[in-house]
Amino acid sequence: METHFETELDNLKQQLLAMAGHAETAVNRAVEALMQRNRDLALKVRADDDIIDHFEIEIDEMVIHLLTKAPLASHLRLVTVAMKISQNLERIGDEAAKIAKRARDLAQEPPLNITLDLPRMAALALAMVKEALDAFVQYDSSAARAVIPRDKEMDVLHKQVQQILADHMMAHPETIARCLHWIVAAKSLERIADHAKNIAEEVVYLCEAQDIRHPAAQNQNPPPADP
Amino acid sequence: MNPIMTPEEESLSPSRPESKSERPAPTPPASRPAASAGTAAIGAPALTVKNLFVYFGKNAAVKNVSLDIAAKAVTAIIGPSGCGKSTFLRALNRMHDLNPDARVEGEIRLFGEDIYARRIEPVVVRRRIGMVFQKSNPFPTMSIAENVTVGLRLNGVRNKKILAERTERALRMAALWDEVKDRLHAPAISLSGGQQQRLCIARALAVEPEVLLMDEPASALDPLATAKIEELILELKKDYTIVIVTHNMQQAARASDYTAFFYLGELVEFGPTAKIFTSPKQKRTEDYVTGRFG
Amino acid sequence: MTAPNHRWRQFKNGLMQSIACGCAILVVTPLLLIYFHLIRYGLSSLNWAFFTQLPKAVGEPGGGMANAMVGSLILLAQAVVIGVPVGVLGGIYLSEYGGTQFNWWVRFIADIINGVPSITWGIVVYGLLVVPMHGFSALAGGVVLGFMMIPLVMRTTEEVLQLVPGGYREAALALGISRWRTIVQIVVRTALKGIVTGVLVALARIAGETAPLLFTAFGNLGWAHSLKEPIDSIPVLIFNYAISPYPDWHRQAWAGALVLLLFILIINISVRFVTRDRLRKQP
Repeated sequence: METHFETELDNLKQQLLAMAGHAETAVNRAVEALMQRNRDLALKVRADDDIIDHFEIEIDEMVIHLLTKAPLASHLRLVTVAMKISQNLERIGDEAAKIAKRARDLAQEPPLNITLDLPRMAALALAMVKEALDAFVQYDSSAARAVIPRDKEMDVLHKQVQQILADHMMAHPETIARCLHWIVAAKSLERIADHAKNIAEEVVYLCEAQDIRHPAAQNQNPPPADP
Repeated sequence: MNPIMTPEEESLSPSRPESKSERPAPTPPASRPAASAGTAAIGAPALTVKNLFVYFGKNAAVKNVSLDIAAKAVTAIIGPSGCGKSTFLRALNRMHDLNPDARVEGEIRLFGEDIYARRIEPVVVRRRIGMVFQKSNPFPTMSIAENVTVGLRLNGVRNKKILAERTERALRMAALWDEVKDRLHAPAISLSGGQQQRLCIARALAVEPEVLLMDEPASALDPLATAKIEELILELKKDYTIVIVTHNMQQAARASDYTAFFYLGELVEFGPTAKIFTSPKQKRTEDYVTGRFG
Repeated sequence: MTAPNHRWRQFKNGLMQSIACGCAILVVTPLLLIYFHLIRYGLSSLNWAFFTQLPKAVGEPGGGMANAMVGSLILLAQAVVIGVPVGVLGGIYLSEYGGTQFNWWVRFIADIINGVPSITWGIVVYGLLVVPMHGFSALAGGVVLGFMMIPLVMRTTEEVLQLVPGGYREAALALGISRWRTIVQIVVRTALKGIVTGVLVALARIAGETAPLLFTAFGNLGWAHSLKEPIDSIPVLIFNYAISPYPDWHRQAWAGALVLLLFILIINISVRFVTRDRLRKQP
């Protein structure tokens, strides 16, 4: 028999999952708008970012409300982790909106004739988000830990795309403006993968009560008071 | 058309590690608890308990409990009703000696001395280990000052000057002096509930114990009086070792440095309070602390 | 908002209240009758001579019961000396060191003794003291009253001490105060009013005992000069005067009864005074 409080915690989780769904949809649509040169879809993504922002506000309110009830142990970790995950999801939404903006601008220009595998980057980023959130729902620490190294895969892909675009810009200076749009879009996808990694780290904290962020800083003494 | 970098994209420089830099810099952690290991304490423990059993007739109310109580720190004992926490507390100052049905086995040492040794008098143990009870019980036939000094007077201290000094000191330590300094000879029962409890604390402190045991000291008080008692505990721990039994987990979280969780007479988990309440190791502790039982 | 049988219930209420009130009046009536009669027949005989003079010979008018009053006081004083220490200490033992089988027997026997008819006490002490001493004495009278007081005082002391909350004992012991000091300075001090009340109530009860004194103190028409002599007391004097054929002595018996009742009344008022609530809470 679940207590009222546990029901409220479930509601919080449901809200997070709903927010994640919107964020994933936004990324998918933004990349589609970019690749298909669909200006209307791009505008829709930018408009729908408000929904994701609204989710963040609502979830933060729920968290504060739950904190007044003084949750402890795993409940406390769940509530604080939920707040951080919602922040990361909101940023993912923002990155999707940035991609959409670049898609909108590129749609008004003639297309570049290079092939860039942004869909592959997008698929990887979205896979990382999905796996991190599945780990959250399943309370599966090892699945969350598995997401973290995939950030390196994304870095490789990102470098490749940057290299292609840099070479192209040097060879064809008249395409610099359009290439820069593509560079920004690729950067946003790399950022989305970062946020997915953050979410995975929070899930590990939730399950194991271990803070695995910033490995280099973990073993240091407290930082000096004055810089 | 020149792409203008919007402000949100300014932080594009690859040297910045992640998007986390957009958030405000976190405040440095105040003081991290040393290690996650349980009983690590600074200096020698005030009380060491080894394999303690307390029997009432054939029934074991406390089963094989071993625990170190850190000196000049607050240790909280939590657990559901009937889990043996009060029984454990009372074993620490030999209160079970008064109960012919009770039998205490095991070892309890106060700064190295075995308090249950044959040659040790319980009366002396209780002067070094004081106790405050759930229901405040100032002696009704005595005034405020008489209550504070009763432990001294009935143990032979007669010098009026000393008694007056100790009275003021004890009442100051109990954060009651300012409220009663003008009516020290008023009957003790004319005080409010919260004041009476602080009077009982002053009474216990006047004897200058080394350890103070508190059995749910604030459970009969309103939230304001409770907050005063908790504040008092945090002040007192600078000079005294305090062990507090409480059924209120928030109180344990607020006021204690170490927490022990008892269940059905056994010690289930013991460690720094922050650890117990954010990431307990034992499932039973987790279940109790998150309210799934008890 | 009235129920249907409202009137009937109101009537029942009123009826029961009247019956209860009537019974209360019935209880008080005998006491009032006693006082009325005593005052009516005895008051006129109360004069200074009555309180200060010895009985005169039969046939001579006047005389008083000074010796009987002093005698009663002497007997009660002895009873207190014997009964109070033993009773209070016994009560302390039962209450504070209680719980054993021995205590159960002590209480049981004390309750039985409380029910022993007073005349039996008289005969017992007659055998114990009067026979070996070859005579009636004030000492024997004091002893028999003291023996009767012991179980009364012991039981009330024990009950009053049991009413002291255990928290006070625990608090005192937790301060490192020894067991005996805790009992005397904390527990008994808290219960003191109750103990005094118990003693006064026991005193009021034995002040009127007549039968045991007939076999021990016996009575004395003059002053007793030592405890080895027989001594008079008010109830015995009333008894002797009342069964005599002399109207003058009957009159004095009424007066004596009135004095005895006034004495008991004074004790009861003292009890009320001792137990009044002296403490006023500070604002």
